[in-house]
Amino acid sequence: MAEVLVVVEATREFGVKKVTLEMLTLARELGTPSAVVLGGPGAAAALADKLGEYGAEKIYAAESEEIDGYLVAPKATVLADLVRRVSPAAVLLASAQEGKEIAARLAVKLDNGILTDVVSLAADGTATQVAFAGSTIVKSKVTRGLPLVTLRPNSVNPVPAPATPAVEQLTVQVGDTDKLAKVVDRVAEQKGSRPELTEASVVVSGGRGVGNADNFKLVEELADLLGGAVGASRAAVDSGFYPHQFQVGQTGKTVSPQLYVALGISGAIQHRAGMQTSKTIVAVNKDAEAPIFELADFGVVGDLFKVVPQAADEVRKRK
Amino acid sequence: MNIVVLVKQVPDSGADRNLRSDDNTIDRGSANNVINEMDEYAIEEALKIKEANGGEVTILTMGPDRATESIRKALSMGPDKAVHIVDDALHGSCAVATSKVLAAALGTLNADLVICGAESTDGRVQVMPHMLAERLGVAALTGARKLTVDGSNLTVERQTEEGYEVVSATTPAVVSVWDTINEPRYPSFKGIMAAKKKPVQTLSLADLGVAPGEVGFDGATSTVLEHSKRPPRSGGAKITDEGDGGVKLVEFLATEKFV
Ligand SMILES: Cc1cc2nc3c(=O)[nH]c(=O)nc-3n(C[C@H](O)[C@H](O)[C@H](O)COP(=O)(O)OP(=O)(O)OC[C@H]3O[C@@H](n4cnc5c(N)ncnc54)[C@H](O)[C@@H]3O)c2cc1C
Ligand SMILES: Nc1ncnc2c1ncn2[C@@H]1O[C@H](COP(=O)(O)O)[C@@H](O)[C@H]1O
Repeated sequence: MAEVLVVVEATREFGVKKVTLEMLTLARELGTPSAVVLGGPGAAAALADKLGEYGAEKIYAAESEEIDGYLVAPKATVLADLVRRVSPAAVLLASAQEGKEIAARLAVKLDNGILTDVVSLAADGTATQVAFAGSTIVKSKVTRGLPLVTLRPNSVNPVPAPATPAVEQLTVQVGDTDKLAKVVDRVAEQKGSRPELTEASVVVSGGRGVGNADNFKLVEELADLLGGAVGASRAAVDSGFYPHQFQVGQTGKTVSPQLYVALGISGAIQHRAGMQTSKTIVAVNKDAEAPIFELADFGVVGDLFKVVPQAADEVRKRK
Repeated sequence: MNIVVLVKQVPDSGADRNLRSDDNTIDRGSANNVINEMDEYAIEEALKIKEANGGEVTILTMGPDRATESIRKALSMGPDKAVHIVDDALHGSCAVATSKVLAAALGTLNADLVICGAESTDGRVQVMPHMLAERLGVAALTGARKLTVDGSNLTVERQTEEGYEVVSATTPAVVSVWDTINEPRYPSFKGIMAAKKKPVQTLSLADLGVAPGEVGFDGATSTVLEHSKRPPRSGGAKITDEGDGGVKLVEFLATEKFV
C-alpha cells in the first residue's frame, strides 16, 4: 500500500498532539502511515514511541537548527523534497496555523490543490469539509496532484495500532529564500495543566455575562472540575476578561469537543462559528431569549453567579 | 515605504451564507458583501506605518465588479489608490490560482511591504500570505498581533498555542495580521468624499500576462463535488433556575456521562 505522509504536530511541553494521532488513525484507512517530524535537533526521538503506538510504520526525521530557527519555509522545502521522492498517496497536516502555512507553501511548490478544515477523507480522495460557521457541509476533491489536506482537530477518534517505526533521517537542504523570517524568540505563556483548547474534550467558555476578569475564576473552576479547557467569547476577550488565545469563534479558535458549556454568552453567529459542531452543548444565560438556547441540548435560564457555583459544588459532591 | 494592502470582498459573516447550487461557488449575488474584517486591520496597520514613515498605501483586490464597493470603502479609510483585478475568467478560481494572479499583480507594484488579513471569513483558509511569499521569494511574517517597523527591519509578535513567537525579517515582505493588532478607524465624511476621486486601476488577466486557462474552473486544482446545509441544531431541554439550576445542570451532565 502506498505511503501516507502525516506531518507531526507536537509541543515542547506535551509532546505529540492529539490531532497527530487522529491523522495517523485516518492515514491507516488510506495506506501505510509515515510520520514526518520537522523540528530542531533531537526532535524525533522524544516522539517516536507515541507515533509508533498509533501505527506509524516509518518516521522521517528532518532535524536541524534551520527548521527550528525560521518560520515554516524550511519545513515546506524539506516536505516538498520528500513528497517528490516518495510520491505518497496523500499528505495530511493539522488544520491549525502552522499546518495550513506549510500546506500553502507545499501547494505552490508542487502546483497541487489544497483542502483545509477537512473532517474526513475517503480512500478515493473525497474530503468532507465544514464551511460557513459549520452551517454547510462540502464534499470536495483535489483535482491536480495528490490529496493535500489539513485535518481539523477533534474530527477523528484516535485509535492505537502499535507498529515499530523505522526511522529515516532526512538531509535538510534549504536555500536562502527559506531563511528570511527568523524566529528571534519563543515565549511560553502560562497554561497550567488544562488541556489545549482545540483538542479538549470539554470546553467551558465565558462571555460578557461573566462581568470581569476576576469572575472568570468561576469559569476556570468549572472547567477544572470537568477536566476541560477554558474558552471565551470575543466580547469577553475585547473587554479584557480573558486572553485572546482562548477566544472561540470565527476570529478565534474552532472547537469541536464532546461537551461545550457556554456561560453568559448570547450565541452570536460568529461565536457559533467556532463551537456549533460540538457534540453536546450546555448553556447558562439569564435571558431566556438568548440565541444560544437554540442550539443548547440543555439550557438553564438563570443567573450564572448562582447556577455555576452550585453546579461546581454538585460536581465536587459527586466525585 | 510603499505598502500594498490586500483586500478581499466576502459575504457578511453575520448573515446566512450559501454556496450556489449551479456551480458550487460562493453565492455572492444574494449576499451582503463586505470587506473581509481582518483586512480592515491590515488597512489600519498600513496607514499607521505610512503616518510614521511616509510612503504610499495601495489597495489590491481580486474580485468581481461589485468588489468596487469594498474598494471605495477601503479607500475611504485613507489609502492613496487601488488596483482591482477583474476578469470573467477568474470565476471559480481556487486558492492556488488566486495566489498566482495576486502575485503577478504584486510583481508590477514594487511593494516594500504587503499587508493582508490572516484569513478570510468565507474560506477561512489562511493560506494566501504564505502562497504569495513563496511565489515572490520574500519573507512571510504571519498572524501578527504586533508589528514594529524600523527602517527596512520588520519584527512581529505572533500568537502560538504555547505562547507567542517574535519573528523578524527585512523588506520586502508579506505580513498578515490578526484582529488583535489594532483598532481600525472609521472612515470620516471627508475620507468618504475623497475616496470617490482616488484612482482605481483595473487590470485584466491579459494585463497581467496570466492565461485564462490557468485560473477559474479550467485552472482549478480542487473542486467542490457537492454541498448541503447541515441540519440546524435543535434546542433541547430548557429549564428556569428556581434555586436548583446548578444541580439540574449537573444531573444532565451526569446522564451524559460527563460527571
Ligand atoms: C467579523 C466578526 C468576527 C467575530 N468573531 C467572533 C469570535 O471569533 N468569537 C466570538 O465569540 N464573537 C465574535 N464576534 C462577535 C459576536 O458578534 C458577538 O458580539 C460576541 O460573540 C458576543 O459575545 P457575548 O455573547 O459574550 O456577549 P453578549 O452578546 O453581550 O452576551 C452576553 C450574554 O450574557 C448574558 N448574561 C449577562 N449577565 C448574566 C448573568 N449574570 N448570568 C447569566 N447570563 C448573563 C446576557 O443575557 C447575554 O446573553 C465577531 C463579530 C464580527 C463582526
Ligand atoms: N481575492 C483576493 N483579493 C485580495 N486579497 C485577497 C484575496 N483572497 C485573499 N486575499 C488576502 O489574503 C488574506 C488571507 O486570505 P485566505 O488565505 O483566503 O484566508 C485575506 O485576508 C486577504 O487580505
